[in-house]
Amino acid sequence: MSKNEQFVRFDKVDKSYDGKVLVVKDLNLDIAEGEFITMLGPSGSGKTTCLMMLAGFETPTNGEIFLETNPISNIPPHKRGIGMVFQNYALFPHMTVYENLAFPLKVRKVPKDEIDKKVDKALAMVSLSEFGQRMPGQLSGGQQQRVAVARALVFDPKVVLMDEPLGALDKNLRESMQYEIKHIHESIGVTVVYVTHDQGEALTMSNRIAVFNDGKVQQLSSPDKLYEEPVNSFVAEFIGENNTFAGEVTDINKNQCKVKLGNGTEILANPIRVKAKGEKTIVSLRPERAIIDPKENMQNKHKGKIEEVIYHGDHTRVRVNMLGNSEFILKVPNSSARMDIKLGNEINIGWDSHDCRALDPK
Amino acid sequence: MSSETKKILTTDGIPLEESLKKSERKNKIKAFLLVAPLLFFLLITYVFPIGEMLFRSIDDRMVSKMLPKTYVAMEKWDGKELPSEEVFEAFYLDYKILVENKTAGKLSTQLNYEKNGFKSVLKKLARKQKKFTEGNYKEQIMAVHKRWRDVDYWRAIKRRAPEYSYSKYLKGIDMYENEDGNIVQVSEDRRIHRILWTRTLEVAFFVTVFCFLMAYPIAYLLATLPMKYSNLLMICVLLPFWTSLLVRTASWMILLQQQGIVNDFFVFTGLVADDNRPEMMYNKTGTYVAMTQILLPFMVLPLYSVMKTISPSLMRAGKSLGGTPFVTFFKIYFPLTIPGIGAGCLLVFILAIGYYITPALVGGASGTLISNQIAFHMKSTLDWSFASAMGLMLLAGVLAVYWVYNKLVGIDNIKLG
Repeated sequence: MSKNEQFVRFDKVDKSYDGKVLVVKDLNLDIAEGEFITMLGPSGSGKTTCLMMLAGFETPTNGEIFLETNPISNIPPHKRGIGMVFQNYALFPHMTVYENLAFPLKVRKVPKDEIDKKVDKALAMVSLSEFGQRMPGQLSGGQQQRVAVARALVFDPKVVLMDEPLGALDKNLRESMQYEIKHIHESIGVTVVYVTHDQGEALTMSNRIAVFNDGKVQQLSSPDKLYEEPVNSFVAEFIGENNTFAGEVTDINKNQCKVKLGNGTEILANPIRVKAKGEKTIVSLRPERAIIDPKENMQNKHKGKIEEVIYHGDHTRVRVNMLGNSEFILKVPNSSARMDIKLGNEINIGWDSHDCRALDPK
Repeated sequence: MSSETKKILTTDGIPLEESLKKSERKNKIKAFLLVAPLLFFLLITYVFPIGEMLFRSIDDRMVSKMLPKTYVAMEKWDGKELPSEEVFEAFYLDYKILVENKTAGKLSTQLNYEKNGFKSVLKKLARKQKKFTEGNYKEQIMAVHKRWRDVDYWRAIKRRAPEYSYSKYLKGIDMYENEDGNIVQVSEDRRIHRILWTRTLEVAFFVTVFCFLMAYPIAYLLATLPMKYSNLLMICVLLPFWTSLLVRTASWMILLQQQGIVNDFFVFTGLVADDNRPEMMYNKTGTYVAMTQILLPFMVLPLYSVMKTISPSLMRAGKSLGGTPFVTFFKIYFPLTIPGIGAGCLLVFILAIGYYITPALVGGASGTLISNQIAFHMKSTLDWSFASAMGLMLLAGVLAVYWVYNKLVGIDNIKLG
């Protein structure tokens, strides 16, 4: 089966609610068939608006959305055949679980015995076979969520949209639901567009992640690339933890640049968004890429003073004052060898210039 | 199991239940003392007067107190022929006291309820009895007026002998107990109460339906519009609610009268000819229009409070699952508003069934309701026991509606907010 790379296509989509502010700006996004794509971003970044436009509850102010090459702006939501899981589940409280699942099939005039079959299958998929006759109010949050997922999938939609579906669940349940949704996606291969502001959720579940900020897609790539190779300082800061140094480029070649920091020290960095000498930059470094007592051949080696030690069970977070940055975070795996990590001690810290990315200044 | 729980002791060895009761007794007393003033207030100003009023509807001791000797004498009378001299004598003696005490008028009013024509013959008797000589009262009384020779009038007196009677209730549905003790309908031209009952039910029903039809869209708008518009709309709904009922009814009179604004408008637009203005007031139309407008907030508010709790994402979910807007509305939105519909309809129906001022002012002859009849008996005929009998029948009707509603929808499904 050849997969359609442009199964869903946002083409130059703009959206404004009040005619003054653009909530979504010039959005171009292709979603492949069978893909699990996540729209990730802080609240107000336009991700939910995009989802609502795709579902048909909002119309694009400009541009067009295509589903399988058909423009859908003029198709009302109930004719789009797109399943949706809502933030607060939106289960019909006056219907049993069975009736909830049967609703999309009934309105499609599916014969009764086929409805029974499909509902049973969908309930089995979310392991709620015994709960068909319960009312939604009698289910726990996690169970309601699974019913909502089953209901969005029961009529075999082309695309399923999920709008922060796990937001109301507690942490443990959220994690197990993440895996469950991921497995369901893998087993039936439906295209999923998932909206969340929880980066952990996005990283765990998605094939690709679109990071939204300020109405624009900042970066669209696979979870690992997004984390390891953020293309700008917003993505670097938004995804995972990040140590930053502000400075100015003093020397640059293809693979390396020299950045002069505020306190006069120069560090070597990987030039991602800087092109010439004299440019302002923010250098970003993941905490786990900086190590204590570096080997001789590391390009960046500096001394820092430990200001705070926070025990986290499997690792220890160490806050170090270094190169004028008192918020420099190190993640140190807990082992008996690291007994010298004490408040006030001076330690040597080093990292590769490749891991330390010179991005755009904010 | 219960025997085991009884055995549970506290650490001091006192049975747990006892200890619990003891520790909560103080709170219970405190709570009772807090509500006690209100309880007494309600007892004195509500339960007692209403109970007293309702008791009047069956209390029939007035006549038997006024004619004590007569009823003792009448005990032996079989009611077939004219009573004996003994009864006439007793009646004369009782009536003499009443005339001396100047309470004879009350008796004539009461007996006149029972049988028309009592008033004049009793008046005549009051005048003539002063010249009565001792003995043979039967002849003397019968000589006063020929009706005293009619056994029906004596039967009518005897019918008032029981201290309690349900005759007022029979009267409320245009029935009465005739001379032979059978319950029969009054003659056809006098069956006014039944017309009023059916009209009251009809008006209450249609006012409820009109209110529902008009309030549902308003409540929907209130619940779904953005805050700044919905607040304005809410004020539009509540403003009439805060205006005096009398003022609102009076304004409807201004609007609806034949030379009123609505009629002027009809003539202006050419809908009706100037000399053929429709009558919209002093008939049922006026009652419908004014009552619907006045009771509308009672439908809007419960509907609104229920609709406000329905998440808009439910409608969205319905549509995204493939339901057309029509199907989504009737399968999802509408069923969820039923508690509000129930509350609103019950409220409006119960208020409408006992409505008084509006029908009295704009209803005219064909638009008055049972409550106007009750008021009429309270104020004009002073037949309070009949008024309270009809009041109790009205209350029974309301309770019956409530019972039916409970069977159909379930009272715990009601939501007022």
